[in-house]
Amino acid sequence: MATGTQIEVVMPQMGVSVSEGTVTKWLKQPGEAIARDEALLEISTDKVDTEIPSPADGIVGDLLVAEGDTVEVGTLLATIVPVGAAGMEPPAPAEPVAAVAEPVTTAVAPEPLATAAAEDAPPASAAPDGAAGNGRTFVSPVVARIAAEHGVDPNTVAGTGTGGRVTKKDILAHIESGAAPAPAPPVPAPTPAAAPAPPVPVPVAAQPAPAPSQPVAPLQVGEVEEPMSAMRRGVMEHMRRSLDTSAHVSSAIEVDMSRIVAAREQLKKEYQASYGVNPTYLAFIAKATVETLQDYKWVNAEIRGEKIVTRPWVNLGIAVSLEDGKGLIVPVIRNAQDLNLLGIARAIADLAARARTKKLLPDDVQGGTFTITNPGGFGTFHGTPIISQPQVGILGTYALVKRPWVVQDELGHDVIAIRPLMNITLTYDHRLVDGAYSGGFLRDLRARLEGWEQVD
Amino acid sequence: MAEKTYLQAISDGLRQEMRRDQRVFVLGEDVGVYGGAFKVTDGFQAEFGHWRVLDMPLSETAIVAGATGAALMGMRPVAEMQFADFVSCAWDHLVTVAAKQHYRAGTPIPIVLRLPSGGGFSGGPFHSQNPESLFAHIPGLKVVCPATPEDAKGLLVTAIEDANPVLFFEHKHLYRRIKGEVPEERYSTPFGKARIHRDGDDIVVITWGAMVYTAAEAAEIVAADDISVEVMDLRTLIPWDREAVLASARRTSKVLVLHEDTRTGGFGAEIAATVAEEAFEYLDGPVKRIAAPDSPVPFSPPLEQAYLPQIDDVVAGLRELAAY
Repeated sequence: MATGTQIEVVMPQMGVSVSEGTVTKWLKQPGEAIARDEALLEISTDKVDTEIPSPADGIVGDLLVAEGDTVEVGTLLATIVPVGAAGMEPPAPAEPVAAVAEPVTTAVAPEPLATAAAEDAPPASAAPDGAAGNGRTFVSPVVARIAAEHGVDPNTVAGTGTGGRVTKKDILAHIESGAAPAPAPPVPAPTPAAAPAPPVPVPVAAQPAPAPSQPVAPLQVGEVEEPMSAMRRGVMEHMRRSLDTSAHVSSAIEVDMSRIVAAREQLKKEYQASYGVNPTYLAFIAKATVETLQDYKWVNAEIRGEKIVTRPWVNLGIAVSLEDGKGLIVPVIRNAQDLNLLGIARAIADLAARARTKKLLPDDVQGGTFTITNPGGFGTFHGTPIISQPQVGILGTYALVKRPWVVQDELGHDVIAIRPLMNITLTYDHRLVDGAYSGGFLRDLRARLEGWEQVD
Repeated sequence: MAEKTYLQAISDGLRQEMRRDQRVFVLGEDVGVYGGAFKVTDGFQAEFGHWRVLDMPLSETAIVAGATGAALMGMRPVAEMQFADFVSCAWDHLVTVAAKQHYRAGTPIPIVLRLPSGGGFSGGPFHSQNPESLFAHIPGLKVVCPATPEDAKGLLVTAIEDANPVLFFEHKHLYRRIKGEVPEERYSTPFGKARIHRDGDDIVVITWGAMVYTAAEAAEIVAADDISVEVMDLRTLIPWDREAVLASARRTSKVLVLHEDTRTGGFGAEIAATVAEEAFEYLDGPVKRIAAPDSPVPFSPPLEQAYLPQIDDVVAGLRELAAY
């Protein structure tokens, strides 16, 4: 049954490790009607950007967090007045959202307390003996509703229930006796969640502002300032922390991709026609990498405290660029060791598509054990990527280019041939992975790619 | 109007319907020559003949299956289980066939199962149960639990007229203990309309069957302490009168649900949940349940007394709620 209760919209937990989120855009304003599951706002977290739907049909009440503000998980973002709420007009649009903490303070502020207490027997200062669970501090649903309708603070009513609880009869008698002020306007009534006010208003802690730690230089003429997205802040923090954590070393190897090019040409039509999947070079390299990682457990490992943790599976992160290169996300192919080439190609396409349409789920970006980044599409032939913590390795793949290459002909003579070459780098955490070990990894990876036998 | 026992009212109602409608017939164990284990059909075979008062073999499956088939062919069978407990033998025919026939094939199954139920006479675990909640959970079945002679007759008439399988729980403890005015003429009492057994303002007790009387006596006792208790007799569980329950819950703000069936999964849980869901903002205390413990019904008289909700238990529950 619809009642006068407002429904609260809070910052959701978008994954185990996520503790805060940024309100990027309000899609509805106070007083606007909203349907259940209709998008109310957009948020941005370290892991994903997404929309928050309304939990119910109703009217948007107050928006309590301004666009651009970052708040902790569980913070109240907005209220929805459900359809058919008793005595609820569409609320007057709240003051512009500027003051974040204020609505909370005013909702609790016990202004009628002093005057009502003066007329009534029990002084308010005698109130806080509600240590027992059901004592004065517990307000039953019906008492809360009557109190809200009549603008009465239940704390000012003499209670005769268990532990001095104010019963329905108590508050009705109190109102009938004329001790209560005139019915208050319905909208600013205390929310049901609000406990009876403590005698002294407690200042509510201000929201932590994402304060930049550096002194801010003034903006010069011609310079343009723009806010930093939560994703950018996350990338910023992560890159710095990774460099501070791992001892980065990069090794490169040149790979003759002739067989891969041939295999891809052969499979392309079939994969497209039968599965709608493009067998990209990245898919071949990912497949060969996952196989090679099985022989080099420490490249697929993690330093956890004083221990080295290895595992039989590979959760392969694929770096995906967003927003014209202004964002980066690393969705993960779980249990990549169980996938064949088609499965990997399909998984990469799926993750990339969902990353670009903001459809990734928090779990899609967690639990990676090794990462591949592929900046070669722009023609770069070398790079030194930064490891995604707490992993210990990241593979970089670069432009596929035709080069004159020395090979042996069938008679064993050296000849120069034109071959499609690719540089591949392994950046590893030298704390755990030594140069010889990483060299062996790259050698074996090259052997797999140069000797590719298409089996499926 | 004549005063009749609960049992006489059922017997009269059934006889009246059989005289009025040739399609109505009874079947069950010992319902014919012997007149039924509790003598509800005493004299029926002499009046209606053995084809309309069928003595059946000791097979509840055959009784319910036969009734279902006869209903499919246009008859209005009224089957007696000697004790409500035994209906479990016929579970498959009742729940899988009869309850779902209309949904599957569009054909009505107008059968009535008379189910002598309830404890209080040392009948032990096989002859004392109140299995109404099991069937309330099955879509397609109706569940009736009359408390008064007048309702027993009127609800039986409605049950026979109903196009669906109806489980008619007759409380054995009421059979000869409860008397009341019962109209001679034919009348029907609608399903899904609760009856206010006793007026009150502070607490409402929602109950049915024999517990109506337990609640009423407890209400008299606490009235001395100026606690005003309404006793609501649901009469039928499927359908049940949600509007009446919610209206009383909102008016009194305190609700006690009382039943003789065991506590866990009892129909009281459905009522309590509905009150919590739909009348939350009107509650001034927890929705309280009093029911039998989750155990079979004991034989031993002192144990059975401890098992069944007693007047004192309800008095204590009412006082606790009033003081909350």
